[in-house]
Amino acid sequence: MNSVELHHVAEQEQLRQQQLNLRLFLCYSTPCLAAGADRVKVALAALLNELDEEQRPTLEIVSTGCMGPCSRGPLLRLARLDEPEEIYEKVTPEIACDIVRAALAAQTAVVEPLPTDFPFFVRQTLIALENNGRIDPEQIIHSIARGAYSSLGHVLHEMTPEQVCGEITRSGLRGRGGGGYPTGVKWELVRKAQAERKYVVANGDEGDPGAYMDRTIMESDPHRVLEGMAIAGYAVGAEQGYIYVRGEYPLAAARLAKAIKDAERRGLLGSRILDSSFNFRIDLRVGAGAFVCGEETALMTSIMGRRGQPVPRPPYPAQRGLWGFPTLINNVETVASVAPIMREGAEWVAGIGNEKSKGTKVFALCGEVVNSGLIEVQMGTSLRDIVFTIGGGLPDGGTFKAAQTGGPSGGCIPAEHLDTPVDYESLQALGSIMGSGGLIVMNETSCMPDVAKFFMEFCMDESCGKCVPCRVGTVEMLELLTRITDGSAMDQDLQTLEDLCLLVQETSLCGLGMTAPNPVLNTLHYFRAEYLAHIRDNRCPAGVCQLDQIPLLKLPEHAEQLAIFKEEH
Amino acid sequence: MTKAPSNEPATNEKSPHELKLQLLDKALKKCQYQQDALIEVLHTAQETFGHLDEEILDYVSIQLKLPPSWVYGVATFYNFFTLEPQGDHVCVVCMGTACYVKGAGDIVARIEQEFDLKAGTTTADNSLTLVSARCLGNCSLAPMLTLDGEVLGKQTSDGTVAAIKEKTCLSSVVSEETS
Repeated sequence: MNSVELHHVAEQEQLRQQQLNLRLFLCYSTPCLAAGADRVKVALAALLNELDEEQRPTLEIVSTGCMGPCSRGPLLRLARLDEPEEIYEKVTPEIACDIVRAALAAQTAVVEPLPTDFPFFVRQTLIALENNGRIDPEQIIHSIARGAYSSLGHVLHEMTPEQVCGEITRSGLRGRGGGGYPTGVKWELVRKAQAERKYVVANGDEGDPGAYMDRTIMESDPHRVLEGMAIAGYAVGAEQGYIYVRGEYPLAAARLAKAIKDAERRGLLGSRILDSSFNFRIDLRVGAGAFVCGEETALMTSIMGRRGQPVPRPPYPAQRGLWGFPTLINNVETVASVAPIMREGAEWVAGIGNEKSKGTKVFALCGEVVNSGLIEVQMGTSLRDIVFTIGGGLPDGGTFKAAQTGGPSGGCIPAEHLDTPVDYESLQALGSIMGSGGLIVMNETSCMPDVAKFFMEFCMDESCGKCVPCRVGTVEMLELLTRITDGSAMDQDLQTLEDLCLLVQETSLCGLGMTAPNPVLNTLHYFRAEYLAHIRDNRCPAGVCQLDQIPLLKLPEHAEQLAIFKEEH
Repeated sequence: MTKAPSNEPATNEKSPHELKLQLLDKALKKCQYQQDALIEVLHTAQETFGHLDEEILDYVSIQLKLPPSWVYGVATFYNFFTLEPQGDHVCVVCMGTACYVKGAGDIVARIEQEFDLKAGTTTADNSLTLVSARCLGNCSLAPMLTLDGEVLGKQTSDGTVAAIKEKTCLSSVVSEETS
């Protein structure tokens, strides 16, 4: 296939879609499936079968990827000829059939669609997620009709690798996986590296608990990721790419595998892509459940089939990565932002967002919030806007206590900082990080030392055990946090905890250890009173901790309590 | 739930174990016995055998010409590979942040208490394995879990226990005890 043919195929498919009277987009992602989207589809298919010969060909059901407001699923989007789109929430088989019948008879349905000015949709800026919910991810033709691989064709025929890297640099794109390293600089480094072979890796090992942006992108729009990788391959001079998917995401892996096969069959991946001299193959690697593999050097050892343990940097992957060759490694969301930049130009993306953080960021908004789901907002949007306008505030009249960002490497942002713009620098200044984009809202029933303990337990469990500060430090920090939450901590334990945090932060080998103390330090900074209430007053303000133990040192003075304690145990 | 009857035709010359080994051989051939493909091979082995015992690990190490310690090291490093056989039903409770904030810890505690097992282990009668996972990426359904691969969202501890009991035959035993 060449660019002209690609364009022709896209136009034909667009024409076919425009001629349809009614297109039904049914969200077929995991949350909506769990809410019953499969039953809705069966009912709709049966309804379509009942229609007469004339009507049937003018209708289409499309099982799409995620539409966003997952807590309102199953979602159904109605696209009628010459009429504005409508989105219905929480559809059941009966409601869905009713909606479609009404639409066919040009009447209004019994249930109301979501209002057109619904803040959840209006306040978002979709770039990486622009095709989510509008295509069937298993049909390459749907992606092509929405412009997939056209940026690749443009890049291959009209631009040099230097120009591609320059474009990415000018767009101000930064790593979306958490670090925020300028993507253009990384690409430039790999491009300039001299080697007989180079590799491109897309990091889809999204281990942060509470984050599922990469899963959704891979499941809902796999060709976007493949196209981005191919463009990256051309820009840095690589002919082989790997996409590493977390083992917990079998659906994402299956859809990517199908997408790779479909793209190869049409000559959009493989040898002489789109009639150019560029060859690029992509292989899928499925992880096996190890959080540390999200760290780039650990991920590379895992791709090579070994224990996913990190190695010291430098040398950076850009100098010596997979099998010793220069390797470009980018997060899936970063890769998914590449094609739109090439299509619209660097200036367009650079115009979105704020001064240092350009473009948009996808967040997985969940926890105690009315509209939980996947959102993509401009960099610099305030946290208040995200939680209260887009998220619709807290359910059941709950009070906002904190928003957790950055998973086990991040921290909790308290209510007094709700107006902070969400970008790399501002979050860092608050002692948290942007992270991969998990944003968990907590209400007053969350106990901060308990949350810190939760993350420390996570880090202890997931520490690979290679370096001592992380292997031993996380165990000790967890022990101290356990003491705080069970009531057996003393004042000096807090001091020890803080000292230990700084030590582990400074001396660990990789990101996991270096950032493991962040949730503790951050909650200690903003919620110190809560820690002190646990230690001094033996009281958990949120009412979560049992606090049924007493400090060991105090035991001799509390002989009676000791006796009771012994009897009970 | 009806289980497929385990009909092993007597005419079949190969035992199920041999057939499974054949599948493993196929995976080994597909990756051309490359040592880098160890994780993919172990994935296949785990899928076909349900767990990785010493015999399988040895077999893989011989086929890929890797030291047994290397294969064992990789198999024990990743959470997906289990060296012990799993129960008839597997319940994976997500313990990601969103689920934890919404009370997944209580659900795990309740299951542990109700079925007398610890997370990560199997009941004595081999009917249930309880696993706590690090975020399954369905945070909008918090607290969520999977029961034999089926996603159950917005769970309560009572609802979960009821769902598990429906799957296992334990429910009859418990009702006898309480009556």
